[in-house]
Amino acid sequence: MIRDITIGQYYPSGSPIHKLDPRTKILVTFAYIIGLFLINQFIGYVFVAACFYGVVKVSKVPLKFMLKGLKSIMFILLFTVVLNVFFTTTGNEIWSWGFLKVTDDGLIIAAKMGIRLALLIVGSSLLTLTTSPIELTDGIESLLSPFRKIGVPAHEIAMMMSIALRFIPILLEETDKIMKAQMARGADFESGNIIQRAKAMIPIMVPLFISAFRRAEELAMAMEARCYRGGVGRTRLNSLIYKKGDYIAFGIGILFLVICILL
Amino acid sequence: MSITIKNLTHIYNEGMPFKKTALKDINIEIGSGEFVGIIGHTGSGKSTLIQMFNGLLKPTKGEVIINGQNLHGQGTNGDKVNKKEIRQKVGLVFQYPEYQLFEMTIKDDVAFGPKNLGLSKEEVDERVKYALEAVGLDESYYEKSPFELSGGQKRRVAIAGVLAMKPETLILDEPTAGLDPKGRNELFEQLQKMHRELGLTIVLISHSMEDVARYAQKLFVLYKGEVAYQGTPREVFAHGKKLEEIGLAMPQIRYVMESLKAQGMNIDEDVLTVEEAAQHLISYLRKKGEA
Repeated sequence: MIRDITIGQYYPSGSPIHKLDPRTKILVTFAYIIGLFLINQFIGYVFVAACFYGVVKVSKVPLKFMLKGLKSIMFILLFTVVLNVFFTTTGNEIWSWGFLKVTDDGLIIAAKMGIRLALLIVGSSLLTLTTSPIELTDGIESLLSPFRKIGVPAHEIAMMMSIALRFIPILLEETDKIMKAQMARGADFESGNIIQRAKAMIPIMVPLFISAFRRAEELAMAMEARCYRGGVGRTRLNSLIYKKGDYIAFGIGILFLVICILL
Repeated sequence: MSITIKNLTHIYNEGMPFKKTALKDINIEIGSGEFVGIIGHTGSGKSTLIQMFNGLLKPTKGEVIINGQNLHGQGTNGDKVNKKEIRQKVGLVFQYPEYQLFEMTIKDDVAFGPKNLGLSKEEVDERVKYALEAVGLDESYYEKSPFELSGGQKRRVAIAGVLAMKPETLILDEPTAGLDPKGRNELFEQLQKMHRELGLTIVLISHSMEDVARYAQKLFVLYKGEVAYQGTPREVFAHGKKLEEIGLAMPQIRYVMESLKAQGMNIDEDVLTVEEAAQHLISYLRKKGEA
């Protein structure tokens, strides 16, 4: 159940996308997001979805696996859609009940918003699915390093992000374990009203926080034991070098952006 | 309370490329009042198996029958089996159970299970007392925070939390991992006492061959999700070298006896505990002295 959340997970399949330079993937993902927000017509979304589908096929990550990740944010998605349907005041009124009004504009805006959000999330989750956390941080650090001159702590930001990403699956697993342990003691997470359910979360949250703090402390200790002292003078095992595939990917990314602007 | 597992197969992430078959066609029978040991190499499916016993996991295939009730089938009157009831009857203590503690006081934490069962306040208090007594913690601990205890004491509080449900079967997943020898012995003494006096069915997962040899009446050896061997400890450990091939071993004292025998002493190497070995050696030395 709780393991279904796929955001932040890495899915190794050794595809050409996996082998790209992480910087390429980050920049192309940015292009994808910018393109997605430039578009304002349904035909554009069809184009973006088609591009996305193509990249997924190349990446060898099963589409089913990605859509499963979408399930976990269904609530936010639905919430946004519903909010847009009922609280858009422009356009022709189709249906109304009290202060609630549904307009044709509202429906269109809601549909666009929903599609946009869904594409945004699956698209950016493809980045983490095809890039290992270590590569990802190396890429972020490298991309941020020009800004070091104006005081951006590039290495620290990258390290924080990689630790946070690394902890997502660990904490999920931990939650699953604690949940089962409390269920074995007769805890019930599935019935009752909202307040009862929120209360039922306490036996999960307290042990989870304690274990997160413990893990954080152990991690800090382990890092110090291996002489970690920030990014100064640190060399790396795998230096990032752009290869032929990266230039092709950049080309496709720029082409994508141009088409998005034209549409 | 009897537990029967029939043709059970469990696959994690079915339909995914990284699906993993954790259990393969398992058949296990645990009788009422038995002390059963489950041993196996890391990743052999032990922890998955015990989550089947109280319905925390639903098997991909196969049946889990508890007291004649099929956990995942339709009941006699078409109702689904009440999982809460099953979880009260089958107490499950996970690995490192101290990580599940969350209340302000030890008393409240142990009371969590009984409260979930909807018992009256008096009954809850009575059960808390019973459970903490069973694990050897007296009343001076009741109002303490579970987080100020030592690791071994925390473990005991967590086990008390399950005992307070008054289960008929108690399943423990490596309950002594990380405990010092004293804490370990005390815990096993308590378990054996409960097994003998209350007729509790106990299922113990352990990496210590000595422990299962000493306490279990029946052993199941898991290997790559299948039951490789089963029988009494004596029968299982008679497989000797074959156990080593699947990442396990015999109790250490057996190795001592075997090497003594190899050096020419005419003794029976088929022992399970140090005490038994001592008996064998004494009678051997007596015989030798008489001759």
